[in-house]
Amino acid sequence: MNELIKKLVEAYGPSGFEDGMRDLIRPEIEAYADEISVDALGNLIAVKKGSGGGLKVMIAAHMDEIGVMVTHITQDGFLRFTNIGGVLPHNLMGSRVQFANGVIGVISSDRLEDRSKIHPLTKFFIDVGASSPDDCPVGVGDAAGFIRPFLAQGKRLTAKAMDDRIGCVVAIETLKRLKTTPHDVYFAFTVQEEVGVRGAMTAANHLDPDVGIALDVTLTGDVPEARPMAISLGQGAAIKVKDSGMIAHAGLVRLMKQRAEAAQISYQLEVLDGGSTDARSMQIANGGTAAGCISIPCRYVHSQSETVDADDVESCIKLLVEILANPINL
Amino acid sequence: MDTFKLLQTLTETAAPSGREQQIAQVITELWEPYVDSLSIDRVGSLIAVKNGRAPAPRPRLLLAAHMDEIGLMVRQVVEHAGNGFLRVTNVGGVDIRQIYAQLVTVHGRKDLHGVMASLPPHMLPDERSDKPFGYEDLVIDLGLSMAEVQANVSVGDFVSFRQPLRKLQGKRVSGKALDNRASVAAVTVCLEYLQGRAHDWDVVAVATVQEETRLLGAYTSAFAQRPSAAVAIDVTFGKGPGANDENAFELGGGPTIDIGPNVHPGMYQALQDAADALEMSVNTATHARYSGTDAFGLQIAREGIPTGLVGIPLRYMHTMVESVDMKDVERTGRLLGELIVRLDAKFIDTITAAMMEADKS
Amino acid sequence: MNELLKNLTEAVGVSSNEKEVRLLIRDLIANYVDEWHVDALGNLLALKKGTGASPLRVLVDAHMDEVGLMITDIDSNGTLKFEGVGGFNDRTLLGKVVQVGPKKITGVIGARPVHLLEANQRNSVVKIDAMRIDIGAKNKDAASGKVKVGEFAAFVTEYEELGVTAVGKAFDDRAGCAALVELLRARPYPFDLYASFSVQEEVGLRGAEVAAYGINPDVALVLECTPAYDLPNENDVSSNVALGKGPSIYVMDRVTIQDPRLVGHITRTAVANGIPFQIRQPGGGGTNTAVIQRTRGGIPAATIAVPGRHAHTPTMIINLEDYANVIKLAEATLRSLTPDVIKRN
Repeated sequence: MNELIKKLVEAYGPSGFEDGMRDLIRPEIEAYADEISVDALGNLIAVKKGSGGGLKVMIAAHMDEIGVMVTHITQDGFLRFTNIGGVLPHNLMGSRVQFANGVIGVISSDRLEDRSKIHPLTKFFIDVGASSPDDCPVGVGDAAGFIRPFLAQGKRLTAKAMDDRIGCVVAIETLKRLKTTPHDVYFAFTVQEEVGVRGAMTAANHLDPDVGIALDVTLTGDVPEARPMAISLGQGAAIKVKDSGMIAHAGLVRLMKQRAEAAQISYQLEVLDGGSTDARSMQIANGGTAAGCISIPCRYVHSQSETVDADDVESCIKLLVEILANPINL
Repeated sequence: MDTFKLLQTLTETAAPSGREQQIAQVITELWEPYVDSLSIDRVGSLIAVKNGRAPAPRPRLLLAAHMDEIGLMVRQVVEHAGNGFLRVTNVGGVDIRQIYAQLVTVHGRKDLHGVMASLPPHMLPDERSDKPFGYEDLVIDLGLSMAEVQANVSVGDFVSFRQPLRKLQGKRVSGKALDNRASVAAVTVCLEYLQGRAHDWDVVAVATVQEETRLLGAYTSAFAQRPSAAVAIDVTFGKGPGANDENAFELGGGPTIDIGPNVHPGMYQALQDAADALEMSVNTATHARYSGTDAFGLQIAREGIPTGLVGIPLRYMHTMVESVDMKDVERTGRLLGELIVRLDAKFIDTITAAMMEADKS
Repeated sequence: MNELLKNLTEAVGVSSNEKEVRLLIRDLIANYVDEWHVDALGNLLALKKGTGASPLRVLVDAHMDEVGLMITDIDSNGTLKFEGVGGFNDRTLLGKVVQVGPKKITGVIGARPVHLLEANQRNSVVKIDAMRIDIGAKNKDAASGKVKVGEFAAFVTEYEELGVTAVGKAFDDRAGCAALVELLRARPYPFDLYASFSVQEEVGLRGAEVAAYGINPDVALVLECTPAYDLPNENDVSSNVALGKGPSIYVMDRVTIQDPRLVGHITRTAVANGIPFQIRQPGGGGTNTAVIQRTRGGIPAATIAVPGRHAHTPTMIINLEDYANVIKLAEATLRSLTPDVIKRN
């Protein structure tokens, strides 16, 4: 599975520019899906038909990652940029980014008088080796993603874009392992999550599922001086109860807990104070969806060293398979 | 039904956003005698339909009053000297300045009573010693050992505030969750008002979920029900300590009929006309932008829904001593009832045509 | 003198109170469209039938509303208290002239005279709740006879041309409305063209959301007026867009990533037709594209905008060549739009 993770996390796919991600994921799922389609915003949707008597279930894992976009080219050929999604300025110094055309840039900042402060993005620039707007190989409006090689050290897996390519991996593996299900399951590899859970919104509007389950990373409380939170790496799949964007469907939370307990899958309950997932969009789509989320605990989210635990990933896959293989009564 | 009893039944039932099953059951019992059908939708909103007398297909008016209340959720179970305490986070817009030393109920494996507590200011870090207590300072004390707490409580359990409804002077009452059970009570009064009165339109009374967090029930119920028009009922600021400008209204001075971008001018006028017909004292509340109510979600469902907004003046919003005048609750119910009685087959065409008639100057 | 821009910008249409603009546009387009109607929020929706050559349904949107004020109370001295409708820089309002209510009563915005302020207050921005509109009424009763709480007030600026540029209020987005009127007056397109003159953009993109839901198009194009900051600036920073450099094309803003296929189609069309264009600085702002794009199953959408200096003030300036080129580019974009443009692998 590490090979698949490496392939997905190292690929280019800032929000809005996920074409390449679709091309990578499609061959992984083609043999296991009954139908595959791409919708108007670019969500890749794989359907596994149910044996009957079940519900319509949408699974959402987002393909996009945070990135940057050029806003201005200075007279000296440096690029000013804005964020695509939740880019954290204090993670930027010395980062490398890559544009769709392969050009690589390094990020640095203006001279900072006060190094104790976190400075806004407007203080940073990208150097692609140009000396003027005329010889600059990229233009205003071009998007770039971060680059960083995948690292597997024991059970700990570290990469950029683990958020949420690891969710895509959970979805792909679930699709592969799910032999039969009573439900019509729509695996949606969504776009534009990082900029406001947009892809999942249109996919859910279109699919109109009864139940929606997002697969995404969540924060942990297990590092030095962390914001207190009862989630730790290696302690199992996180079943979301609430985040700052939604409160999960109580019946769905109950069902997830029951399935985990029945199959002896380790799990933790998640109450997240910051952030939200595609479940937020699914919940409010159309006449409403019973929505929840299985989260993969992840340290250093939105840095280029997002770190998850392989056992947690495995627990998430097992839990999702258990949920989908059995009847869902809310 | 006696309005105090009604409000008491409604406010003393716990229903933090996302945990509305219990209040939905209470409201079901209250509304059952007055309506033709009742159901719970996919996200938990209660949908009650009272059929009109016009031949089908009839136009439908959706009344939305949210049934959820602000509350808390367990974020962490922590031990100190063998005792168990709970760290929490907010569900909806809790006013954190006033939750210290409140009574709470933790909805764990069973309901447990507890209190909101904190170390005293002099024992907090210096930079926090003169600030209101924050969620990093506050704990719920259940008076139980860690083992007892762990056996009954887990991360993700809901917590509600606990405060019985009390009578103040005159017809004023005070308690928790009057935002927005006062409006649920008003819809109940409205359904009662309609008994034995003829109305052409179907009435779809919805007790919506998760308004305090994201107006969830308004968006989804309006989408699913496809009403011809809608009215949201919510509380508005009552004149009182610190709230005396034009955006606050006398308790007992009647409901507000609201105007602004979230409201269709035809619905505003229809509500005014109903108030005139009842010779009811009402006030106009203005919202230059966002009304902060279910009306915001109702208005933009599907192709758009002509939406009105009615407010019940309430003091001390989002505290455990929210106060209203029961006369305003009763008036709001009658106002809605009168609006419904007056709706005819041409109503939507009339208010739409008015959008293309030049204003008289 | 461009009569269309003059009439449209001088009309009053504060968010949710767009009736005057709606009636004006209805009269301007009635003879050039096959159907029109007004919806529950007040959007004016029109259909111009196509030649039948293309199966697409295409929506073009421009918003009718402008930023303005809402009267919230009347003081005992007869002056009017108000709140902003839409986004304002607080520095904009003091000492400006407004027209209040359907009778367009003239008022002026005043506050405590600078002489009476403490030294440390003189350099601070006057907040909206410290200002009042004065219509000259001598007391509350006199004012109440003229103005009702809940009525709106708008800036007053007569449209004026300064050579190749023009000064006026509400170019955001009457310039877009005017361009859309011109598009409807052109010969039929290969496909059915739906126009939404939408309401309540300035208070949260509310009108376009329900318009797009109702029309359910395959593709949408939004015509806007976007802020140009091309004023003297010693720093090497972007001016967002600049006047005279042609239509501005959005790539990304605070709430939308424009459909890259449509952005490509628009820029290729501009190059092919020799129309100048500029890529608007990505980052801030937002247009109706945001809500159209996420309606129903998703609607590919993009924005073309007239650059406008001094947005959300009574004294905006646009370049009339930019405006003409927006019409030209939008029309060329539409006429060359085929289903292939939005086809996906």
